[in-house]
Amino acid sequence: MLARVLTFAVDGVQARRVWVEADVRLGLPAFCVVGLADKAVREARERVRAALVNSGYEFPLRRITVNLAPAHLRKVGPAFDLPLAVALLIASAQLDAAVVERSAVVGELSLTGEVRPVRGVLAVAEAARQHDLLRLVVPRDRAREATLVPGLEVLGIESLDQLVTTLRGEAEPPPLPEPPPDAAEPLPDLSDVRGHNALVPGLEIAAAGGHNLLLQGPPGTGKTMIARRLPSILPPLSPEEAVEVTRIQSVAGVRGAGALVRTRPFRAPHHTISASGLVGGASPPQPGEATLAHHGVLFLDELAEFARSSLEALRQPLEDGHVTIVRGQGATSFPTRFMLVAASNPCPCGGGGAHCRCSAADLARHRRRLSGPLLDRIDILMRVERPPAASLRQQIAPRSAAVAARVVTARERQLARFAGAPERCNAQMTSRQIRELGAVTPAALRLLSELYDRHRLSARGHTRILRVARTVADLDGAATVSPEHVDVAAGLRLDDAPILVGAA
Amino acid sequence: MTACDDCLRRTDLIAAIAGRLQVEFKRRDAPARVLALSDAELLDVGASAEVRRRYRGFDAPAARARAGAAGLRVLCGCDAAYPSRLTDLADPPAALHVLGSVAALAAADGVAVVGARRASAYGLDVAHALGRGLSAAGVPVVSGLALGIDSAAHAGALEGPAPPIAVLAGSAHVAYPARGLTLHRAVAERGAVVSELPPGASPHRWTFVARNRIIAALSALTVVVQATDRSGSLTTADFAADLGRGVAALPGPVTTRLSEGTHRLIQAGAPLVTGTGDVLELLAGVAGREHAAPSPPRAAPPPLDPPLARLLAAVERGSGALDELAASPQDARAALAGLSELERRGLVRRGFSGRWEPAAR
Repeated sequence: MLARVLTFAVDGVQARRVWVEADVRLGLPAFCVVGLADKAVREARERVRAALVNSGYEFPLRRITVNLAPAHLRKVGPAFDLPLAVALLIASAQLDAAVVERSAVVGELSLTGEVRPVRGVLAVAEAARQHDLLRLVVPRDRAREATLVPGLEVLGIESLDQLVTTLRGEAEPPPLPEPPPDAAEPLPDLSDVRGHNALVPGLEIAAAGGHNLLLQGPPGTGKTMIARRLPSILPPLSPEEAVEVTRIQSVAGVRGAGALVRTRPFRAPHHTISASGLVGGASPPQPGEATLAHHGVLFLDELAEFARSSLEALRQPLEDGHVTIVRGQGATSFPTRFMLVAASNPCPCGGGGAHCRCSAADLARHRRRLSGPLLDRIDILMRVERPPAASLRQQIAPRSAAVAARVVTARERQLARFAGAPERCNAQMTSRQIRELGAVTPAALRLLSELYDRHRLSARGHTRILRVARTVADLDGAATVSPEHVDVAAGLRLDDAPILVGAA
Repeated sequence: MTACDDCLRRTDLIAAIAGRLQVEFKRRDAPARVLALSDAELLDVGASAEVRRRYRGFDAPAARARAGAAGLRVLCGCDAAYPSRLTDLADPPAALHVLGSVAALAAADGVAVVGARRASAYGLDVAHALGRGLSAAGVPVVSGLALGIDSAAHAGALEGPAPPIAVLAGSAHVAYPARGLTLHRAVAERGAVVSELPPGASPHRWTFVARNRIIAALSALTVVVQATDRSGSLTTADFAADLGRGVAALPGPVTTRLSEGTHRLIQAGAPLVTGTGDVLELLAGVAGREHAAPSPPRAAPPPLDPPLARLLAAVERGSGALDELAASPQDARAALAGLSELERRGLVRRGFSGRWEPAAR
């Protein structure tokens, strides 16, 4: 007999529909799985056989052929166990085919018949809804995630036996697990920072416009501490952004209780990370740190220590907001719209300013390590100095809430500006948008030309200052960008003039 | 206008035995002695049979063609356009290969600005400012296009009207170091890049020292910006002193070794100069005539508003980060705008490390 059960396979950050077809007929007992299944999927045979028997059901000793269609799509992972078991039960007449109409099933099986959690349940649920299904069977551990999609009946199952009895109508569907207590840890607050009050405007501007930020300073001055407080002044996730972030974390298997993620992600990979760790890779493609930081912050501490190849790999993600990983079976696209925050020492000796013992050649070499794709896309440079004792005592940074409120207002102005366009903040503005929507006064443009000539700015540098100036104006609530805004933006800029060593 | 056959042949000989000459330079203590030898003596010093054959059958038209193909004009001592200052040397270059304008070589008295390759940001900054200031006053800047001070000085010189002059240790048309290609091209376009070696010759250790004598000889005054006490740029000062030309030096921080050489020069009697003004004064004394003051006159920059003046004073005292210049977020915002304005006026600059520093003027 032939049975078909619908399931979904996670591909990138989305789910694709897969049919599990089981054909059970008379013949020498065999159990064969086809359809480009990887090792974990082929091992499903053992798991399913044991689970079926240990749950008290019959394992058909006949010629079994299972096909995972479409056959050109590579099937990976143990999530096909449960749908396979269900298909076998239907094909061996132990379960009625009608019970899985307009439903999909995902889950891993243990040998005892227990259903184990799988990744990407939210993506699966979204895909199920898109395919007009009514019901989704998932491991109970992940059921909460699936309920984030409206209009879908979610069955959270703990064991194969429970599933069968529920589907047969012999038992009530098990209740969904309790929503986790709202024990979201409070984000580290800006007011923890001492002695760096002068940096607050820069942080505010970076947060308000989504501008990439470089913090430079000697070791131990608080760069990492400041970076970690950035999420607390960023605007809250919009509902669409929250779903995207939850979906990504679900696919990546990042531990979450299944509730909708509320806080912007903050990812801080160690500098030994590889290029594929940063932007994604492996086969089948897995999301990298850049994707895990989507709609959040990617913090690169000790920027100069990162391998040049890893940093180069961030070029496309930073530029396009997504990265495409190409493998034999096709290309997978991951979203990568994040705010980049980097911290570095200004020079190899680590001394600061007056104590620096480096020659200009050392500085140039250090600079060359940082230069290239990343420095080119950093809009704001702030120098973090060792605060004198008095400021450590007296200067207490404002509370995050106060700064966040201003940031939110500035963001709203930006959203109004970009109405309709996909851009969400000034850092994403194209040069055309700056011309058409920026409302830059002629006086400001003249000032900027002066700067351009005097400091040999590149065209990119010129546009960068305009973007930041627009954010400064937004924070002020000004409709137009004035020369003063340009001055403030210029004071925050990264110096992109070449170092005069060989005077290239 | 081109060099005569004899001078071309001599140049070719020197290039051919360049490797052998390196040993010779070590044996005698003054490079001058070697290059002052006659052709016959040079042949005795180190010519193989091959080289002698080449010398006897020297093909001058081919040599000229080679130079022409590289875009070089060749001058020799017999030529009217040969810089007269070079004849003060005991061993003037037999031929000068010039990329760029020959007229630039005959222009006003130049000033050599030389110094260490491994220079600090301070040294680069003042070298650049000096180059700019001298060029603005119409004084050609002469240097070696080496990394560090030399390049910084010429980069500054390019910002003004006077033609820059560079003397290389290898062929004139080949940028050395390769990294300095853009600067090399710019100097050739606006002034001249010269070498005593023919096209195709590569630099040897002695050629670096030898070209320093040309730098010193072409200039009325040699200024050493920053040098450790073993820097090659000190040989330029030595040559200048031997020629009776002026030598001056800039001081630097006493806490690093980078200025030990210049400090030693000052202790030995070289005048201490702090910038363009001092150098121009010295030049007037040495060359016997006044130079136009660089315009606009240094006298009165527009007065600063008190908040800006305070900010500038703080930067000059060493406070280079926003943290040190502002105590509250509001002050910081105003400071950012103020620093930007000071930067536009050329009073401060932002170093690569992100700190604000007073700009050399």
